[in-house]
Amino acid sequence: MAAPRIPVFRLSRMQRTLLLAALAAIGLLIPLAANNYVLEVLTNAWFYAILCLGLNIVVGYAGLLDLGYAAFFAVGAYTTGILSSQYGINFWLTIPVAVACSMLAGLIIGGPTLRLRSDYLAIVTLGFGEIVRIIARNLDITGGASGLIGIDRPSILGLELSKGIHFYYVFLLLAMLACFVSFRLQHSRLGRAWHYVREDEDAAEAMGIDRVAVKLQAYVIGAMFGGVAGCFFAAKMTAISPETFTFAQSVLILLGVVMGGMGKIPGVIVGAFALVLFPEVFRSMGSMRMLIFGIVMLGIMLYRPEGIWPQRSGTGER
Amino acid sequence: MALLEVEDLILSFSGLQVIRELGFQVAEGSIASLIGPNGAGKTSVFNCLTGFYRPGSGRITFAGASIIGHKPHRITRAGMARTFQNLRLFRSMTVLDNVMSGMHCRTSAGAFGAVFQTRNQRREEELIREVSEECLGFVGLLEQKNRRADTLAYGDQRRVEWARALATRPKLLLLDEPAAGLNHDEKQELIGLIQRIRDERGVTILLIEHDMGLVMKVSEKITVIDYGAKIAEGTAEEVQNDPRVIEAYLGTDEEELV
Repeated sequence: MAAPRIPVFRLSRMQRTLLLAALAAIGLLIPLAANNYVLEVLTNAWFYAILCLGLNIVVGYAGLLDLGYAAFFAVGAYTTGILSSQYGINFWLTIPVAVACSMLAGLIIGGPTLRLRSDYLAIVTLGFGEIVRIIARNLDITGGASGLIGIDRPSILGLELSKGIHFYYVFLLLAMLACFVSFRLQHSRLGRAWHYVREDEDAAEAMGIDRVAVKLQAYVIGAMFGGVAGCFFAAKMTAISPETFTFAQSVLILLGVVMGGMGKIPGVIVGAFALVLFPEVFRSMGSMRMLIFGIVMLGIMLYRPEGIWPQRSGTGER
Repeated sequence: MALLEVEDLILSFSGLQVIRELGFQVAEGSIASLIGPNGAGKTSVFNCLTGFYRPGSGRITFAGASIIGHKPHRITRAGMARTFQNLRLFRSMTVLDNVMSGMHCRTSAGAFGAVFQTRNQRREEELIREVSEECLGFVGLLEQKNRRADTLAYGDQRRVEWARALATRPKLLLLDEPAAGLNHDEKQELIGLIQRIRDERGVTILLIEHDMGLVMKVSEKITVIDYGAKIAEGTAEEVQNDPRVIEAYLGTDEEELV
């Protein structure tokens, strides 16, 4: 028997479009009513939403456990950082380079390791994450342990992006774009192939699906999301240091994906928001709040191992 | 002309020979069977043919080209589809999604096409859906297409597997114990279905089966193996009267009676 299902409100296409439009309007209008603190927190939440959506392609869609996702985020941030602060290249021109570099990093780490089954992959990715951070810490071009400063702010049509509200909109738009791309990928031939491989690698292989190639694509596309998020992160902070890209950061992003519900776009966004908002909302409790955060997470994993977002029921309409 | 040709096939697991210099042919457009007592190496032969095992030596020629050492997905693309002895459906997906997996190797849209929904991508998606629904209709499961695969009755889950294999548009279909777990009526339907797959779709069929009644009824040529080696070959009648076959099946006390 199937597990008991929580009733899901099934929306028509029209209703869904309206709901999305309403949510987008709220997202776009919130800055008008918010102070700087709230804006900063929400910007951070959108930023994590992008990273979580990127990792969701690897973990949620393709079913590959990646414990070093911060590495791709680091590659993006450092590419922009180096090109901008050391060579004075315009921010927008650094993006394609950063995307190419993070995709290349995805290929380098994924190519040889994706032939492994998932447990080994987790260890390799963990090591890779640390390697990237330690390289950044020890090279001159990356500024060593103190990192890079003086990264240029980008400008659009003469408007320099410097205020909190600018970056709020930048990350909001990027998150929307990430949702759109994720949705299109999920409901495509490639998205289905990821699902087949996740469910049964041998059967997928017998159906003519090249599992290594399909996983590699998930890896590279996930890396691209991380790279783009890294570029804008570098531009927003104007300074980056290796300590931003620790193992703890990778785990945090993974936590957002798992907690919200792997493979479900709204779930992943809820997870990212929970990740950022929870410690802020309970800030008054001081260091106790991380303890409570831990207990809440434990509760979620015990009672809703599928994540916060409800499972789609069986008929599979979409 | 032989669509599939196996010569001197040898497969060993850590020194133990599972398949010993096996050779047989499957003629294009025929229904052939591979039978043998439990543990004779039938499924191992299938796994060699489909690229899941890599044989120690020997030749496997499919549609005029060697496929030895090829990955399973390449062999499927070359036109050889299989079903599994134990059901291997994508359990949490819908019946239609399951069958659509078969068309993966006949289409090519990638990430770019998916994100921008290019004209080519949309045409392909339509084609995938059409072919999959046609295959589901062929096995008589079209009304169930939106159900989760693991909520179907066992016999219907088997049919999903056949539809999925047919959706790869195979030249040769390998059926690994298709009648296992089916009741009498379902077996009769299966016989009809196997014949329809060959007659209406022109797909050559090679099956492994325990159910002798079914094998004798449906096969035009039977290859019998025991301990990984061929012991007899021919029509149902020839095989049934072959003393070595009788010995293999009935000869010693610990063997299973058929």
